[in-house]
Amino acid sequence: MHALRTTGHQTIPAVAARYRNNFLKEVEAHVEDGEWVKMCMQCGVCAGSCPLGAHWEHPPQELFMMIRAGKRAEVLTSDAMWMCTSCYNCVVRCPRKLPITQIMHGIASYAQELGLAPEVQPTRDFSIQFWKNCTKTGRVNEMKLTVGLYFKDGLVAGIKQVMNMLPVALGLMKAGRLNPFELLRGHSPKDQKGIAAMLKRARAIEAQRAPVTH
Amino acid sequence: MAQKEYAFYPGCSSQRKASAANYMTSVAAMCKTLDIKLTDIPDWNCCGASIAYAGGGELERVVMNARNFTLAAKHLPDRDIVATCAACWLNSRESKVKLDGNPQLLAHANEALKEAGLHYQGSAPVRHMVEVLIEDFGYKELKKPVVTSLAGIKFAGYVGCQTNRPFGIAGESFENPMYLDKLVEAMGGEALTAYDQKVTCCGGALAFSEPDKSQKQIRDVVESAYDHGADMLVTPCPLCQANVEVYQSEINRKQGTNFHLPIVYYSQLMAVAYGGSVKAAGLDGHIIAPTRLQEIATKK
Repeated sequence: MHALRTTGHQTIPAVAARYRNNFLKEVEAHVEDGEWVKMCMQCGVCAGSCPLGAHWEHPPQELFMMIRAGKRAEVLTSDAMWMCTSCYNCVVRCPRKLPITQIMHGIASYAQELGLAPEVQPTRDFSIQFWKNCTKTGRVNEMKLTVGLYFKDGLVAGIKQVMNMLPVALGLMKAGRLNPFELLRGHSPKDQKGIAAMLKRARAIEAQRAPVTH
Repeated sequence: MAQKEYAFYPGCSSQRKASAANYMTSVAAMCKTLDIKLTDIPDWNCCGASIAYAGGGELERVVMNARNFTLAAKHLPDRDIVATCAACWLNSRESKVKLDGNPQLLAHANEALKEAGLHYQGSAPVRHMVEVLIEDFGYKELKKPVVTSLAGIKFAGYVGCQTNRPFGIAGESFENPMYLDKLVEAMGGEALTAYDQKVTCCGGALAFSEPDKSQKQIRDVVESAYDHGADMLVTPCPLCQANVEVYQSEINRKQGTNFHLPIVYYSQLMAVAYGGSVKAAGLDGHIIAPTRLQEIATKK
């Protein structure tokens, strides 16, 4: 097990030193669907239903208990919730009907907002890249998303990845499902200005709605 | 048959030369036969998919979808909104549930929408194309236009996650939904109803960020289909289709398997059964060619 490096590395000891027993309240106030956390009855069906279950440092029910036990730093710096594939299996099986997928996304998003998410977390990187990609014009540019993904670790790693996937990429191009010209110009809605202004306003409202107070 | 009209939300992957372009081609052929008129929501934008959560906050993701609903209500009033992509459908529907059930979120969404000159005042329901087929037509109606039987082809129905959970198709179970099998049978194909990976996750977006963990999932999906004697896999989800088709060669390279299983959309086998050509059914849009379907598709 490797030690997790975190973006908020310098601040963790201070946070941990300040003992907090109101982490549950914090989650309820700041995490999407966080008010559901207290409803968990610790049955573990979510853990047993997760396709990537074996890779979770702490399965959802454990995260819920840790939140209630005030283990703030351990929860927010964990890479557990970043394993969620959004398959919603836990949601439909949960006997207490917790929106677990949404809560996992919410905890991950909150950790990211606070700068506590693991520094090296490929799903975190992809998530941010995807959001930037789809909001740049208002629609996804698949070609740029793919290239961005392969070259995120530098040119050499990128070329190696491209060489591995080249037959697939060429196959997709031949099948008319990948367009290299999207690197120059992709699909987009007309009112890009309106979309950008709308998202800017939404972000500002969110910043007001959920002030981070520590 | 009376023409049915819908406000259509194609989504990013259905666009020209995008990863599910052939899905769109086959949907167009299928709809032509069934006399379904799909009108694009003018100037629609991305739904944000599930994976955008670390980049965009809840309100930003909801407002993206609210913009689409508002445009649909404005330009195509009273028509149900229909999506063909599993993620588009799920994320739109989830956003709609939140907007319609949370007055504060709605107020904030409208504050943001104002910047784009729009105001959300409710919209028609958001439905998946499969729901339209089953609920507005029904298997019996869908069977009527069949001219080419798919008899002799064995299909493993791979439903995947997001057309199945958390909303799913009314009347179906989350653990063993049967609608894909019933659609296959309506087209005259052989549905492998005992296929046991039908609701397994392909890894979703983590196929890109966590390839090894996801390829284990994809391996299960493909291997079980072979075990059940499948000629091909049929799915309603563009990401399932792409992930399971594209990564088979990677799994072969890394794990020494010899996978070469075609993955098609329900709409493709319907387009073929309705007499469509290889081109009209989008069967020329695969890396792993569905040869058995290509062979029976109308030669044009």
